[in-house]
Amino acid sequence: MPYVSNEEAKSAVQDRTDAQPAPGRLARLADSDIFHSFLRSKITVVAAFVTLVLFALALLAPWVAPHNPFDLASISILDARVPPVWMEYADPRFLLGTDDQGRDLLSGIFYGMRISLIVGFCSVFAAAAIGITLGLIAGYVGGRTDALIMRIADVQLTFPAILIALLIDGIANGIFGGLDRKVYAFYILIASLALSFWVQYARTVRGSTMVEKNKEYVQAARVIGIPSVIIMARHILPNVMGPVLVIATINLALAIVTEATLSFLGVGMPPTQPSLGTLIAVGNDFLYSGEWWIAIFPGLALALLVLNVNLLGDWLRDALNPKLR
Amino acid sequence: MIGFAARRLLQALIVMLVVALLAFTMFRFVGDPINQMVGIETSIEEREALRERLGLNDPVPIQFLRFAAKAARFDFGTSYQFRQPVSELFAKRIPATLELSFVSALFALLIGVPMGIYAGLNRHSPLSKLFLSVSLVGISLPTFFIGILLIFLFSVTLQWLPSFGRGETVQIGSWWTTGFLTVSGLKALILPSITLGLYQMTLIMRLIRAEMLEVIRTDYIKFARARGLPNRLVHFRHALKNTLVPVVTITGLQLGSIIAFATITETVFQWPGMGLMFLQAVQNVDIPIMSAYLILTAFLFVAINFIVDILYFFIDPRLRVGRP
Amino acid sequence: MSVLEIKDLTVEFPSRRSVFVAVDDVTLNVEAGKILGVVGESGAGKSTVGNAVIGLLQEPGQISHGEVFLHGKRIDNLKDREKRRLRGRRIGMIFQDPLTSLDPLQTVESQLVETIRTHLPLSRKEARERAVDLIASVGIPDPRERIKQYPHQFSGGMRQRVVIALALCAEPELVIADEPTTALDVSIQAQILELMKRLCEERGVAMLVITHDMGVIAEITDHVAVMYRGRLVEYGETGQVLGAPGHPYTKSLISAVPRPDIKVERFPAVNYIEEAGTPQNQLDIATHWLGKTQNYENVVGPLVRIDDLSMRFETRGSIFPSRRKYFQAVKNVSFNIEEGETFGLVGESGSGKSTIARLITGLYQPSGGSILFGSTELTSLRNRADVLSMRRQMQMIFQDPYSSLNARMRVSDIVAEPIRFHRLASDNRQVRQIVDDLLDHVGLGAAAGRKFPHEFSGGQRQRISIARALATRPRFLICDEPTSALDVSIQAQILNLLKDLQEELGLTMLFISHDLAVIRQMCNRVGVMRHGELCEVAECDTLFEAPQHDYTRELLRLMPSMDLLSRANLETA
Repeated sequence: MPYVSNEEAKSAVQDRTDAQPAPGRLARLADSDIFHSFLRSKITVVAAFVTLVLFALALLAPWVAPHNPFDLASISILDARVPPVWMEYADPRFLLGTDDQGRDLLSGIFYGMRISLIVGFCSVFAAAAIGITLGLIAGYVGGRTDALIMRIADVQLTFPAILIALLIDGIANGIFGGLDRKVYAFYILIASLALSFWVQYARTVRGSTMVEKNKEYVQAARVIGIPSVIIMARHILPNVMGPVLVIATINLALAIVTEATLSFLGVGMPPTQPSLGTLIAVGNDFLYSGEWWIAIFPGLALALLVLNVNLLGDWLRDALNPKLR
Repeated sequence: MIGFAARRLLQALIVMLVVALLAFTMFRFVGDPINQMVGIETSIEEREALRERLGLNDPVPIQFLRFAAKAARFDFGTSYQFRQPVSELFAKRIPATLELSFVSALFALLIGVPMGIYAGLNRHSPLSKLFLSVSLVGISLPTFFIGILLIFLFSVTLQWLPSFGRGETVQIGSWWTTGFLTVSGLKALILPSITLGLYQMTLIMRLIRAEMLEVIRTDYIKFARARGLPNRLVHFRHALKNTLVPVVTITGLQLGSIIAFATITETVFQWPGMGLMFLQAVQNVDIPIMSAYLILTAFLFVAINFIVDILYFFIDPRLRVGRP
Repeated sequence: MSVLEIKDLTVEFPSRRSVFVAVDDVTLNVEAGKILGVVGESGAGKSTVGNAVIGLLQEPGQISHGEVFLHGKRIDNLKDREKRRLRGRRIGMIFQDPLTSLDPLQTVESQLVETIRTHLPLSRKEARERAVDLIASVGIPDPRERIKQYPHQFSGGMRQRVVIALALCAEPELVIADEPTTALDVSIQAQILELMKRLCEERGVAMLVITHDMGVIAEITDHVAVMYRGRLVEYGETGQVLGAPGHPYTKSLISAVPRPDIKVERFPAVNYIEEAGTPQNQLDIATHWLGKTQNYENVVGPLVRIDDLSMRFETRGSIFPSRRKYFQAVKNVSFNIEEGETFGLVGESGSGKSTIARLITGLYQPSGGSILFGSTELTSLRNRADVLSMRRQMQMIFQDPYSSLNARMRVSDIVAEPIRFHRLASDNRQVRQIVDDLLDHVGLGAAAGRKFPHEFSGGQRQRISIARALATRPRFLICDEPTSALDVSIQAQILNLLKDLQEELGLTMLFISHDLAVIRQMCNRVGVMRHGELCEVAECDTLFEAPQHDYTRELLRLMPSMDLLSRANLETA
């Protein structure tokens, strides 16, 4: 029954604002509650700014990094393990010091972040594509198809992502044993991350699809005669994208962390194409000999990146949740 | 009750069968098991004989049944790397992992649950906001980096706590070794269990807070307030109990994943558990250990989920008593 | 002396853009043993009055002006702790939805006992005895057994009785009931109202009943306060206000209430409220696209013949057919709909009336029986072209205006979708022209097309739904509770619109409603449904004047009496 009395006051306010003429898309966005809640939350604005800066640094690494860590001609083993500039024996060329091979740590972090982000984005897109498709089908078609997809999801959900990624990597090592890891590490990493994260999308999209499917606008489309595939793509998909966006944001953070973890464990990106995790793994060996910066700085960069993406995800979840407004 | 438990048991059994099938596929088709077991100098005839003896020429379904029957007795043959029975290798390492996971889970629950309840009930208090910020840092710091930071701070710089290993252990019974009974064993547990538990703790805290906020908005909580019930009753008898239903489920899942996440912590702290062994197996394609680990962790998860389902049954009367 | 006195109460909700005044300078009194009804449409602020009295205003609402007295003692300025002591002890509250008002994890007994012991100095045993007495007094049979049960083991009506028992736990002097029967079926509504009236008289409780339903007001209240946009527009004895309303809003509100006893051709235009919606340009139906007849087959006899139709849903699946459980939603139903008539289906929730609509439109496949549309058997339709042709000929208008439009599409795209899909127009320009004309014709104006659904109110959205249904140029229109989610004045406008369209376009309609009064206004013939079976089919007037089936008689008897409503109003307004 629609007579939800406590909502009365709110809906009345809504009605008044509704009476205004329809402004353009951009003006609507600037005036929307979402944008306002964004501006109101100072921490979110800061997080968005920091995230943008980090993304820019990562993407533009070849142009903004002071050195090119992959240019063998420019690095010298004589520069190895130089501490950051504010410590003794530092070299002003290397702001955050150098690693064990004499590569500038700051540049290494930029390039590493670039690889972390590329892996993160690719795996999030792949996982979302698989999950959304299967979730839509499961939710809309129902019956045995639904049962099959969701049982697979259930079995997979009993295993944490990291374990699945490790297993896939182990299997890949077995199958491609003869090849150099460099060739396949990147693709295996994305595949294993995508295959461990799709379940979340599938479950969420399935849940929302089942709710949307029974809403009357979908029934109206069916009464018009529109085929299921078009109903799913044109009517249901746009209405279930809100939660997907939230998951994708939080998932990006999780994918970056998981990638770093796998690389740290030695089954992710190889040292020739180091991500942040690989850098930390390298630095970990020098922790006890006092050269702490080699592990700690890439680690802090990783934490900063993930924290800010998480902050954005958190805000987005609250902003898109109508109940918490 | 019995019907409910039986259904859940059947589902658990199916999950285990699927996992066993995966492990078998891995064992049988990823690389050639014979090549892994013998040296290069072994002749083709000897290989064939071994193949025949191991039953690798039988039809695949029969091989699977044999595999499953052996797996049920935890017989996974011999490790490719160590040339020792897999079951013995695991027996040595299971206590280390379980003790670590147990302490971490305890830490995560004892701190995470009260923090979550507090933050859910006092949404706008400064302390809740602090909890929330801390928890966000908690889920943003990768587990292995937390470990590195802790080692750097407490082992390298302050030198208070050990950075690797279990310390001294005491043997109980025929194969269980414990670190609970010695000072060095207990000291060695502190850093790894904080590292492992921190992420789960923040997750549990955030989950309980979110559920609490949902429940507080329901009609029956509003009606309880409208009846003038004191906050104590409204919060703990009505809100908390209704929060428990989803929380118990997800907490169960989280506790299960502690065992898997132990792999990372064990690597950072060189903790002699089965996670560390699994990681080495992944790097060296030691399939028997990988399949054993897969089946063992799956069994632990399924067992935890089964217990959670039964708990669920006791919490929620809607599952227990049917409509008239 | 008054139990409750509200003086000059003003409640404000400050928001980002403005301050919204939900209640504006309202003064009311409730006496012991009497019932005061507060009536109004959505946004009138009637619930806010109740919440303000009990001190549970939603954030960020606040009382900005005025006073509330309970037995002469001021209560609006009490501290939170003292207010809580009033709640339950001296002021009881009854909520709208009994299905969500009770904690699902606690037995009824434990919820009663904790409430009793919070307010009264009784031992656990005494409290339990009292709880059993209360449960018995609200008319629940076998109180000693049932009190041990959990809420989900009670039906909706029984749960509302438990809610009332909980509100009466500590013998409060005042009970506030917010839409106490809105979520219930007609027959149960009558019982709950009777119970409330009885308890009020027996116990000398003062009662404040908040409702949108004139029937409830007429049935149980002694005094009535009519609210409109936060203001009190009329206040007095119920018979006086309903019989001879003084304020134009009250007059138009009463004239918009459909009456089971009188059939009107059109509802009087209620322009007092909002968005009466008249077309800008009169369409010439004879020449316009909308009026062009398509080459539909000529039908001799009824347009729709439903024969022995059955539908069952699986409620418990199992691999063993013998262990499956079914719910029989429609049982062997047969009826015909003549071309050009409006056939009504009436029944309570769960009677299967909406299922029939969904079977005819092909949203469900029937488990037995046949549906003949003209000469086409719908249940065995396989050829895609035939299916699409049928889809084009019948369209449906749904109940919930908030979910029946895709929130992510512009209104013009929503209305254009069927035209484009069925290729009913030659080019895009023509499509746009048709959409503009349709939107204008249902009273929204062509400019509405550029907006999104959330920018419209419930009644306007229902007009969009109607425009979309018309966009295939159907000959058969199914209306499934098209107005049950709307305020009564908006309902009158939508019903008028539907009548006009039917007349203009010669539509055949199946009109489904739980509301007998609406059925009476709209239909030529009516079928009464109960538990999936069709009890009776009759001419509309015959059904209301000389019902044959016992169940029909029962339904008619339980309708709230509208005798108090002024008859004169219908002609004057």
